[in-house]
Amino acid sequence: VAARLDEARRVAIFGGTHGNEMSGVMLVNLWVQNNTEVQRKGVEVQPFITNPKAVEKCTRYVDTDLNRAFTPENLSTLGGGDLPYEVRRAQEINRMFGPKGSPEAYDVIFDLHNTTSNMGCTLLLESSKDHFNLQMMNYIQKSIFPASCLVLLNEHPLLKYSTSRSVAKHPVGLEVGPQPQGVLRSNIFESMRDILKHALDFIELFNAGMEFPPCTVEVFRLSERIDYPRDDNGNIIAMVHPNLQDCDWEPLNPGDPMFQTFDGKTIHYQGSGTVYPTFINEAAYYEKQQAFATTRRESLVASAIRKA
Amino acid sequence: MELDEVVCFSRFSRVAICGGTHGNELSGVYLVREMQKAERKAKERGNDMEVITVLSNPRAVQRGLRYIDTDLNRCFTHAMLSGSNTNDAPYEIIRSRELNALLGPKGSRDAVDLVCDLHNTTANMGLCLISYSDSDWLCLHVFRHLQRQMPDVPTRFIHFNATNKESYSLDSVGKHGFALEAGPQPHGVMRSNIYTTMKMGVEHVLDWVCLFNSGFVFEGGSVDVYTVVRNIDYPRDRDTHNITAAVHPQLQDRDFCLLYPEDPLFLTLSGETLRYKGKEPLYPFFINECAYYEKGIAVSLARKRRVAIPAIRVQTEQEQQAKKDECTSEEEEE
Repeated sequence: VAARLDEARRVAIFGGTHGNEMSGVMLVNLWVQNNTEVQRKGVEVQPFITNPKAVEKCTRYVDTDLNRAFTPENLSTLGGGDLPYEVRRAQEINRMFGPKGSPEAYDVIFDLHNTTSNMGCTLLLESSKDHFNLQMMNYIQKSIFPASCLVLLNEHPLLKYSTSRSVAKHPVGLEVGPQPQGVLRSNIFESMRDILKHALDFIELFNAGMEFPPCTVEVFRLSERIDYPRDDNGNIIAMVHPNLQDCDWEPLNPGDPMFQTFDGKTIHYQGSGTVYPTFINEAAYYEKQQAFATTRRESLVASAIRKA
Repeated sequence: MELDEVVCFSRFSRVAICGGTHGNELSGVYLVREMQKAERKAKERGNDMEVITVLSNPRAVQRGLRYIDTDLNRCFTHAMLSGSNTNDAPYEIIRSRELNALLGPKGSRDAVDLVCDLHNTTANMGLCLISYSDSDWLCLHVFRHLQRQMPDVPTRFIHFNATNKESYSLDSVGKHGFALEAGPQPHGVMRSNIYTTMKMGVEHVLDWVCLFNSGFVFEGGSVDVYTVVRNIDYPRDRDTHNITAAVHPQLQDRDFCLLYPEDPLFLTLSGETLRYKGKEPLYPFFINECAYYEKGIAVSLARKRRVAIPAIRVQTEQEQQAKKDECTSEEEEE
């Protein structure tokens, strides 16, 4: 028996949440000027630049990371002009597309990101119980086959963070790499564009009444954050090992090379079992004390769904 | 220049290795830091040669930015170096004058013998030695040495013809100088293979200098030099000045692969291919370098040619003394 879900009538596409992640900036600017490509029957699609000041300066953020700013404290705090730019911006976005957690919130928000890591196309899932999202991700994967698109699930109680897309009922992150910050690579841009096309097709089909049968979706569940080895002053003393560099999603076994010191010594992975590393050597995570994250493979079953 | 002539140069007494001229180009930042740590352990190179290591733009390094107010690597023209520091002078102007005092003054007898300035690029350029001159035999010999010592790394010599425009970069402060550029690497990221390439490159440069100082005669020969001819900007929207196309997938990452007339250059957002309209096939490089978006450069184009280099060696002490005597007697005659 299919779960009956509300139709997804209001959809937003966020670009420039990090102002130097260029695919999303370019796509959203394009669609703000001319939205023909993202129009679908029975859906309102709003492309939106979330951090215009950061986009203008071509920097990740101005005062603080917008994609960590949607905490309950930030969204409810008073302070007006004294607040960091991104906190004010988060409140504004919450008013426009939320409020977060309320029935008035947007149904779906796609948040477009790039990474310097060799992650290919990755869909970011925030809840293992979001059957709508699981079905959408399954649909996308089948549609782009033989090209691949993996699903990263961040449900970790400590590592989970308050994203701009979390304002919506069904938040979907899109991460495509590798691409340097501030650079626009044609192939990366077109990959992201293609994924969004299929995502919007799914929503149109769902709203038109199509039933999606139960499916199994393989996900990579976020497990641990691994920092660079540092000295007592906090300076990095080793680099991601050449054997690990660019090997996102490939198994990392205990004993495998992980870091290489500046004088060429190898530091090995000391975990208890095989993990699948991701976000390997992401530029923005040096300041967040993360060289890479480990994940574990898991199969999630999505129930059949149908519009209510 | 006679084919069998050996050109002599004074010995190198001071060599500067500079990193972090752009604060987010990390190979140089970390290499200079490691070299400074090693210096504290009294690592010697012998030959009475002093190696000075410099973190050029410490504030930009600390913030992980290319620059704070303005690009430091454009602040070394004579005009910019000679002004006086005002209260609202950009940070990098103040810093360029500090560096000029430390390593220069530019154009004077007190300047260091060689400035080697370390950079990274997001472009797929391998290792490049970048210089204002195609006839500084010392730099060309260093380049040939690097090529021979690092056969697994694509290594090229890029010549910026500065006859009309005055030299503006940090490496122009020394009596001789060049930038060592390694890529591809995203800004703000440290790739171990790129770091290793840069580290080996610097070691080979310093080894060459020691070999030179010891009296070794470097035989003549020839090297390929890429001389910059022009730059091509991205297509832009007339009103907003925003970019309206990306470097074409068939050009992306193809640095130093000959670009022919009518070859694809850009792919617009609506799927149209824009082609190279020049008449002459040229070699592209700095393809899609992040920092050049604001400078209006999507790709730089160069001509390649073979340059003959003479044999060179260090001046002996007698030759140096003879030259001094010659200068003194000339002064007496005046």
